[in-house]
Amino acid sequence: MSDVRYTDQHEWIRLDGDEATVGITKFAAESLGDVVFVELPAGGKVVKAGGEAAVVESVKAASDIYAPAGGTVTSVNTALEKEPSKVNEDPEGAGWFFKLTLSDKSELARLMDAAAYAKFVESL
Amino acid sequence: MTVAAEILRRTPLYALHLELGGKMVPFAGYEMPVQYPTGILKEHLHTREKAGLFDVSHMGQGFLAGDTGALEQLTPADVAGLQEGMQRYGLLLTDAGTIKDDFMFSRLAGESDLYLVVNAGTKEGDFAYIGEALTGKAKLTPRFDRALLALQGPLAAQVLERHSPGISNLTFMKVVRATVAGAPAIISRTGYTGEDGFEISIEGGDAERVARALLGESEVLPIGLGARDSLRLEAGLCLYGHDIDESRNPAQANLMWSIGKRRKEAKDFPGAASIVGVAQAIKRVGIRPEGRAPAREGAEIADKSGRVIGKVTSGGFGPSLNAPVAMGYVESAFAADGTQIDLLVRGKALPAVVSPTPFVPHNYRRPTK
Repeated sequence: MSDVRYTDQHEWIRLDGDEATVGITKFAAESLGDVVFVELPAGGKVVKAGGEAAVVESVKAASDIYAPAGGTVTSVNTALEKEPSKVNEDPEGAGWFFKLTLSDKSELARLMDAAAYAKFVESL
Repeated sequence: MTVAAEILRRTPLYALHLELGGKMVPFAGYEMPVQYPTGILKEHLHTREKAGLFDVSHMGQGFLAGDTGALEQLTPADVAGLQEGMQRYGLLLTDAGTIKDDFMFSRLAGESDLYLVVNAGTKEGDFAYIGEALTGKAKLTPRFDRALLALQGPLAAQVLERHSPGISNLTFMKVVRATVAGAPAIISRTGYTGEDGFEISIEGGDAERVARALLGESEVLPIGLGARDSLRLEAGLCLYGHDIDESRNPAQANLMWSIGKRRKEAKDFPGAASIVGVAQAIKRVGIRPEGRAPAREGAEIADKSGRVIGKVTSGGFGPSLNAPVAMGYVESAFAADGTQIDLLVRGKALPAVVSPTPFVPHNYRRPTK
């Protein structure tokens, strides 16, 4: 069973077994506009919760993507290098950024669930 | 306690922008649409393929009456030699010969006044500067109440022809009084996208009706400031306050073509002695990053040994090139096309090449000879 959690910086993280997948939310993708470049972390990189992990560039500006939880990067979505527009087309699916093995799964409990995130977005 | 938000002005098309789903942002003291639901990328491509309508009513329009040739005190452009029915690009200079603004000026057929269009963010300052410098010689009347629309793209002429019969005969840099959708207008065959197109000056009260008439054509989409910026960058055109400002002179900015031949010979404009025929320490250049990562304004430029030799002044992604593009200033020794440089982005050196502009060829309708 998978569980998706959200940050107030508009990243999502989905845990499947020991591995978590990270991307940006539909709200973030729409706010950024057309994504033209994604800088992904190197495999094996150790990231802290809230630490800079990737960069997304839209036609408008560059934005940092933060790791929702700490861990080690196991793989990245290399398809985004050729087709960054996947981030706009399917931000919470094919437009994922990277996968992590988490150092502390309990960090996820501090993040919002789907209902809380929806409410958060509405408040913006 | 909260700080009061800046009071933003609105153009006569504000309500229409909202109706069209424009995403409004503060720009040069105005609330302007950065994009519509179409999105910047598609708006950009649509303009290059068909036609796009831009609201540029925030720009500063005005009329100069009297001894209009006296404007040559402040600009190195050839004002006195401008023929009737023609528009020209000029630089407004400080006393030291640095760039206070860039602007367009027109001499309408049978009229003694010059019609001026200056940048939005600088219009009050420019007009005060011009008015004061020309006191007793010429009088500048601001017409910030007028609206200005730009219809740009390869299909702009056939679209505008339907609403202003005969207008498609106008060629690049020509200007005429005409009517569009029944409204009296000053129409020039110019723009800021590198494409063929028109700029249409009308009374503020006519703006919405004219805009709706043009948007009613199937070839036309409304285009926001985001695509306006990527279009002009691909076309190699400078953005005031970024690529040119009071710290640069026309020679450094690679805008010597805007200085009239007579003016270059006479050296009769501010700072001429340090501009005409004088080697400059820095030059504005076009830059093509080799990868896909855009380098933004402010990114440092280094030579291949890592020494910083300049700075990016405009940078982003060029949708028509499907690649990043930039411009900036480098030490003159590195200004030749083909020079290999690095752009420092997020602590990394991205390889790039000094490249000729425009990045996308201009598509102007020049008169056939």
